Amino acid sequence: MARLHLPHSLTARVLSAVVLILILGGLLVALSIWANGRLAAREAYDRLLLGAASDIAESVRIQDGAPVVDLPVSAFQLLAQAPEDRIYYAVQVPNGPFITGLDRDTLVDVPDSIGPAPLYFAADLNGEPARFVRIARLFAERDFSGEVEVLVGQTLRARRAMTAGLMRDALLPMAVAGILLLIMSWFVTRSALRPLEALSDDLIGRDPYDLTPMPSAGLPRELQVMLGAMNRFMGRLDRQVDTMRNLIADTAHQLRTPVAAIRVQAEIAQDDPDAPARKRALDRLLSRTRSLGTLLDQLLSRAMVIHRIDSAPRVAVDLREVALEILEQRDHELIAPGVEVRLEIGEDPVLVQADAFSIGEAAKNLLGNALRHGQPPVSIGAERAGNRAILWVRDCGPGPASNISNQLGDRFNRTAGSGEDSTGLGLSIVKSTAEAFDGKVEMTSDADGFRAALSFPVASKGNRP
Amino acid sequence: MIRLLFAFLLLAATSARAQEDTAQFGLGAERMLVRSTTDIAIIRPVLERFATQNPDLAIIYEQWGSNALFQHSRTACKTGEGAADAVFSSAIQQMVWLVNSACAYRYSSAETQALPAARRWRDELWGITTEPAVIVYNKDRLQDEDVPRDRFALLDAMRTRPDLLRGRVATYDIGASGLGYLFAYGDSLEATTFGSLIEGFARIDAVATCCSARIIDEVAQGRFLIAYNVLGSYVASANAPGVGVILPEDYTLVLSRAYMIPQQAQNKRAATLLLDFLLSAEAQKLLVDVGLVARLDEAETGLTPSARRFIPLSPALLVALDQNRRAGLFKLWNEAFNIETAR
Repeated sequence: MARLHLPHSLTARVLSAVVLILILGGLLVALSIWANGRLAAREAYDRLLLGAASDIAESVRIQDGAPVVDLPVSAFQLLAQAPEDRIYYAVQVPNGPFITGLDRDTLVDVPDSIGPAPLYFAADLNGEPARFVRIARLFAERDFSGEVEVLVGQTLRARRAMTAGLMRDALLPMAVAGILLLIMSWFVTRSALRPLEALSDDLIGRDPYDLTPMPSAGLPRELQVMLGAMNRFMGRLDRQVDTMRNLIADTAHQLRTPVAAIRVQAEIAQDDPDAPARKRALDRLLSRTRSLGTLLDQLLSRAMVIHRIDSAPRVAVDLREVALEILEQRDHELIAPGVEVRLEIGEDPVLVQADAFSIGEAAKNLLGNALRHGQPPVSIGAERAGNRAILWVRDCGPGPASNISNQLGDRFNRTAGSGEDSTGLGLSIVKSTAEAFDGKVEMTSDADGFRAALSFPVASKGNRP
Repeated sequence: MIRLLFAFLLLAATSARAQEDTAQFGLGAERMLVRSTTDIAIIRPVLERFATQNPDLAIIYEQWGSNALFQHSRTACKTGEGAADAVFSSAIQQMVWLVNSACAYRYSSAETQALPAARRWRDELWGITTEPAVIVYNKDRLQDEDVPRDRFALLDAMRTRPDLLRGRVATYDIGASGLGYLFAYGDSLEATTFGSLIEGFARIDAVATCCSARIIDEVAQGRFLIAYNVLGSYVASANAPGVGVILPEDYTLVLSRAYMIPQQAQNKRAATLLLDFLLSAEAQKLLVDVGLVARLDEAETGLTPSARRFIPLSPALLVALDQNRRAGLFKLWNEAFNIETAR
């Protein structure tokens, strides 16, 4: 089977579909009109036939014991209503004498029938298809008793002409309507597809590096959906390109100083003949290497978080579980050995639509800050406050100076107070995470201490997958 | 039926002699056979003109009696042998019968399409001429006031002056002439006068005889005073100054001689050529000259349009050939007439 090749243009597809529908519909209607016309013509001319046959049957009388026909001209004038058609007639006693007729040598196959009811049938008349009627008249005279059969037939020319005429009259307006519909559908299709053409022109003319959103005002809804999806896709691409660019720049920038320091320490350790000094240099080298490891961890963590914010699916996350998991990982025992961290969670789940990993990383950073810069005891907890779900970390210190909390989240925001193992990346992760899931970072100080919290809108039960 | 059968047998035995006369027009290589009831003498100028226009044709023209021609054409149609290339007859009911029995060849041209519907049937039969059925009388022997202008006058004359008209009124023998039968049939459809006309003919011992030319001749000589239902065309061509012509004012039957091309014709091309020629303006003018196309304008003939009864080429003419109907008409006729055998 040959494969169906759809035309490339949308206009051509719609138009060819319309043409196909019109042709199929036209064929169906034409067929039905033809059938109806044929039926109408058949009924009309069958009545003429029957009328003529009845006229002839009426004129049969019995004379001297034999049927005689006084053939009425009116019967033939009736038949001559189909002026172009040949005629056949015969009056006879079935299986008996031929009374009168056109020509006794012209034979017509009469189907078997019983009774005087009119019987219509088709047969050939001198090699031309024709339609016949047979009626019978019953006589009960003293000298003749029985049936006299009247056969009248007519060729089909007038019937065909009438069918053709009826068809022509019905099909002509239909053909005109079909052509009008075609023209109309061409215009409609063109106008419906015009925005699409404008859009594709826009896309073709666009700078391939331009990832700004396409204007969608005035477009039909179907196209707006498509354009929205495209704009979202371009936005994500744009952000990821930015992220990657930042990551590379940050990594290069961040690595340069510690690597240089490590090299200097290593050179000192190599060159210094004094054993205690070499020991000190080696210690510092170790500490520098550790801090470089932390830095790399955080860089990776941030890259991961930003990547996941754009790509990981939003699922319902219970903030209590996040807090619990952080404690169970026991990372805090490495940062601040001996400091006790308390968990404060309630009975009820605290649900948000988010990515568990990203929130976990953000919370770890908050906890790390509290352990490094705050004063014990430190506690972590999750709670619901109205329609906000909050994950918080509290310590008993005074909190950072207000200028630090104002600059919260700027990358590499390192101040004099920052230790050499601080990167300034932690809070940037926290801030990005909060914004990605429609949340915010809240920092509050009171008499008891300092609290840093991630606050998100509560996920309703319905959103839970 | 026996009569028909007899005629048929006679025809089969003597088919070579069935035609009354033969003529040839043109000396071309292509042979064409025309059979007609029209007298050669009348049609001659028309066919000569046709032969001049078509020098490649040799036209054999056979003049036949209408009934013999009908029987022969019917046999030719059934057996497929001995068909003419064209048949041209004044007994148009017989031609309608042949066409109705699928014996004719279908043809259409601008000339045939120009014919009125009454003079064309199925594009297989065409009416060529215009010929009224008239009453002729002897101008010398019949006073002007005795001349019957219509059938009622004829009836009155037969009733009031039977002695004058006894044995001196003639008409066609309907048994011998298909045309005579057609006119009698046409009259029988106008039933009111027909019955009394037959009665009147019976009362004065009218004579039924054969052949237009002979009837007109005998009227001219004074053997007959009046002849009823004679073809007007023959009077026009007979060139008999002593013969007066009446187009009956109550109604005048008008006949158009029918032309048919048999299905089995050998030379259909020549037949269609002749047909188109006969319908052309030139041939129609020639036909007017020989009297086969009568001018029936009211100004010339005094005949009102409502009195003209064109006999249309229509299947209704089949009734004329119905054997019961024919038998009835013959019975009526034979009871009335003193038949002169014409042969």
